[in-house]
Order: sequence, then C-alpha cells, then structure tokens
Amino acid sequence: MTFNHYFYCCLGIVKREIFRFFQQRSRLFSALVRPLLWLIVFAAGFRAALGVSIMEPYGTYITYQEYIIPGLCCMIVLFNGMQSSLSMVYDREMGSMKVLLMSPLPMPFLLCCKLIAIAFLSLLQVYVFLLCAQLVDVDISFLGYLTAAPAVFIIAFFLGALGLLLSSLIKQLENFAGVMNFVIFPMFFLSSALYPLWKMQEASIWIYWLCQYNPFTYCVELLRFALFGQLNLSALALVLGATIITAVLALISFSPKFSQKR
Amino acid sequence: MGIVTNNLSFTYGKKKALNNVNLSLTSGFNVLLGPNGAGKSTLFSLLTGLRQTTHGSIKINNKDLHKHKSEIMSQMGVVFQQSTLDLDLSVKQNLFYYASLHGIAPQRALQNIELILQQLSLTERLNDKVRTLNGGHRRRVEIARALIHQPKILLLDEATVGLDVDSRLLIISYVRNLCIQHNICALWTTHLMDEVEADDQLIIINNGEIQAQAKSSELYEKHNVDDTHQLYFSLTKNTEAV
Repeated sequence: MTFNHYFYCCLGIVKREIFRFFQQRSRLFSALVRPLLWLIVFAAGFRAALGVSIMEPYGTYITYQEYIIPGLCCMIVLFNGMQSSLSMVYDREMGSMKVLLMSPLPMPFLLCCKLIAIAFLSLLQVYVFLLCAQLVDVDISFLGYLTAAPAVFIIAFFLGALGLLLSSLIKQLENFAGVMNFVIFPMFFLSSALYPLWKMQEASIWIYWLCQYNPFTYCVELLRFALFGQLNLSALALVLGATIITAVLALISFSPKFSQKR
Repeated sequence: MGIVTNNLSFTYGKKKALNNVNLSLTSGFNVLLGPNGAGKSTLFSLLTGLRQTTHGSIKINNKDLHKHKSEIMSQMGVVFQQSTLDLDLSVKQNLFYYASLHGIAPQRALQNIELILQQLSLTERLNDKVRTLNGGHRRRVEIARALIHQPKILLLDEATVGLDVDSRLLIISYVRNLCIQHNICALWTTHLMDEVEADDQLIIINNGEIQAQAKSSELYEKHNVDDTHQLYFSLTKNTEAV
C-alpha cells in the first residue's frame, strides 16, 4: 500500500460523511437550533441574573451571551460526535460496517479517517453557528476565528473518539438514547460551559470537583482562550491526553478479538 | 489461486457452529449448499476475516489469512447476505466509497465502475439513490461493488435470496461467466438447489460439518442419485433447502 492508497481512502471516507450529512438536511438545522436557542432565549433570560466578572481570558466584564459561546460551540461538537457514533451503530445494525471492515487498509487508519470526517463536520457547524451568533452582538475577532479552528478540530477528535468508543460498546440502536442521557447531559452541565467554575465552587464544592475532573471543561476552556486568540496550555495538554486515551480505547474496542469476546 | 481451510472449527459460547472443516477450492464456480443454521454464514465470516478463527487455519491464495490480511483483502470481493449499501447515497457514491476503501484513485474507479455497470445493465441508474432501486438492482450494485477492485477471490453469501427468477438467473450467469473469463475463484453459498449445475464444484455442509465436496456430476454418480435434490437429501436427511 502506497501513500496514494491511504490518501484516496481518507478522502473517500471524509467525502462519504459529507454526502451523508448534506443528505440529512435537518441535521444541520437541528445542530444549529439547539445552541441558538440557548444563546438567544436562555442567555437573554439569564443575562440580568448572571453577571460574569472579570476573568481570564477576558480583559473586562463580559455579557453572559459572550461567556457561553465557547460552551455552546463545544455542545455542537459534542452532539456531532455522538450523532456520528449513532450512525456507526446504525451502520453496524444495517451491515454497512462490514464494508469498512473489509478494507485492506488498517483499522486504526480507517477509524482515524472517520474521526477526521467527524472533526471536519463539527468545524463546519461551529463556524455556521459563530456566524449566526454575530446577529446577537457576540463579537469575535478575525484572529479568534482563525485560532478557534485547530481547537475545535482537537476537541472534535476527542469527542468523536469518545463517540466511537461508545458505539463499539452499544449493541442496539435502542440503547443509544440512554447513553446520550448518561453522557451528553452530565458532560455538558458538569463543566464550565454555562457557568464559571468559581461560581460552581460557591454553590457546591463536590459539583465543583466533578467539573474539575470532567475533560469537557477543558475542551470549553481551550476553545474559550482560542476564540480570544490565546492558548491555554494546560487545557490543551489535558484535551490531547484525553484524546489519546479515548482514541486508543476506541481502536481496541473495534479490534475483531475484542468485539468477538463480547 | 483458491481457498484452503484446515481443521477449521468455531464455537458460539458452547454451541459448535463449525467442526473440523477442510475445504479446498480452486478457480471456478464453487457452490456451498446447506440448510439454514448449517454454518454457511459462520464459515463466510471466518473467510472474510470478520471473525477470528479459534481453531484451524485459512489460507487464501497460499497465504495465511491472519498473517496477510491486508494483501488478501485487496484481492477479495464480497457480497453479504444482508444488504450493505448506504440507502441515502446514490449508486455512484456507494461505489466510489468502496473504491476509496481500497485506495483506488477516483479516475480509475470511474473507469471500472462504468465498465461493470454496463455489463450489469445498470449504467442508467448511476446517479439514482439506492433507496429508489428494487431488490434485483440493489443486488447487482452489490455485485458491481465487489468487483471494482478486480478481485481474484469472490465470496457471495446467499446473493439471490428474495429475488425473482429473472434477476436470479442474470446474477448467477454473470458470476459464472466472470469465473471463466477472469479465472476467479467464486464461493457461492446458497440453500437453493436449482442454482447448482452439474459442472460446479459442490460442497454440502450440515450441522457445521462438510458432508461432501467434489464436482456435482461426480457426487451424483458416487451416491447413485439423479440430481442435487436427491443428493442433498441422502446426505443430510434435511428437507429445508428448496
């Protein structure tokens, strides 16, 4: 197998995911409606109640809308990662997963291509959302748009790998809804997506600690700094670490030996 | 060119699905005949590497399947019993996706796709969504897909199940011709006895064990029977296959 074989294979997998995404037009719509509702309705309602004081990376007081933007972007990525894993479960139930497994190229490479495709779609959805967010006076600099891209890509890779890991453990489509409730909601709400961690600390110390140990918190913080044109090194290190661990576990779970044992 | 298995066994928990299966298949049209639950699909999963062998070995084109999986997969085309096409994508998109999984450049893939679809009278359906195709056309697309990378080994698991007589005849004669023209080793699993011809290599499997393996006409003579139906019944005492 030459470099060209790998290149065409990766291109084919990414293209397939894009075609599928645009075939399901409602997917983009629903991916945007969810965070936009949070931004326009929820954040507007809580704007007066929840003031956010000066904190890093912001140099001044900010509106609540501005605060939750990184969290909502990560919400899009999280939902896209889970949606992609749902499609993996569907592919397995429908049999089309076998086609992927019959490829002469190594399984880890094929799964990496799948993750690249997931990350690419997440990036697309996040940028469309950020453009929509301009309409409610959320200002992001040109530099912020540029530096957000690699951050979203890394986060999408992590959450996509988590989705793949979950999809390998779920045997039937019907079981997926339960996992969504046990993964998406705890991950999202037990993070700094909607409230700063110091506010959590004031409210409940054990919830604060749960948030501290939630890797999604560091996804949100990585993107928060990136949208501000800055790099949060500790968040980057933690997200990269979580990505590597999750991706390795996902690869193991897809190996024929492991799936045969289950 | 062919498939050889040595003492191949496989169990699901405590249930033995295959017991010491020894196969030797060469180029040509090989039919694996057996009732439901005989072990055909398990054997198929092992030959395609979707399941790992626990006992015994599989050699394809003289190479061990598990040691040379990548090389063997690049020479193997498979049609599964269950449809594995993406219904929301067009025929072209499905075929291109499969070609890309084999690392085939888009231009070469297009040439192969056009040629195979022409042979299978599907050229006009190239841009149609798979969802809009009938069962026979879908099966033909699956066969086209299995041939894009010009395999030397072709495995078809009950490829004609649920199809009308015309579609069945078209598909089976197409695969037979492929075997002759391109020196392909095809393994055609079925429980439909009228799909077996006197010149085919016939393997009869029942309860996970090979009951007979030779040219159909030789088996008729050996067991003193007139046709596949009688042969099958005498070997398996099973009336399930039709």
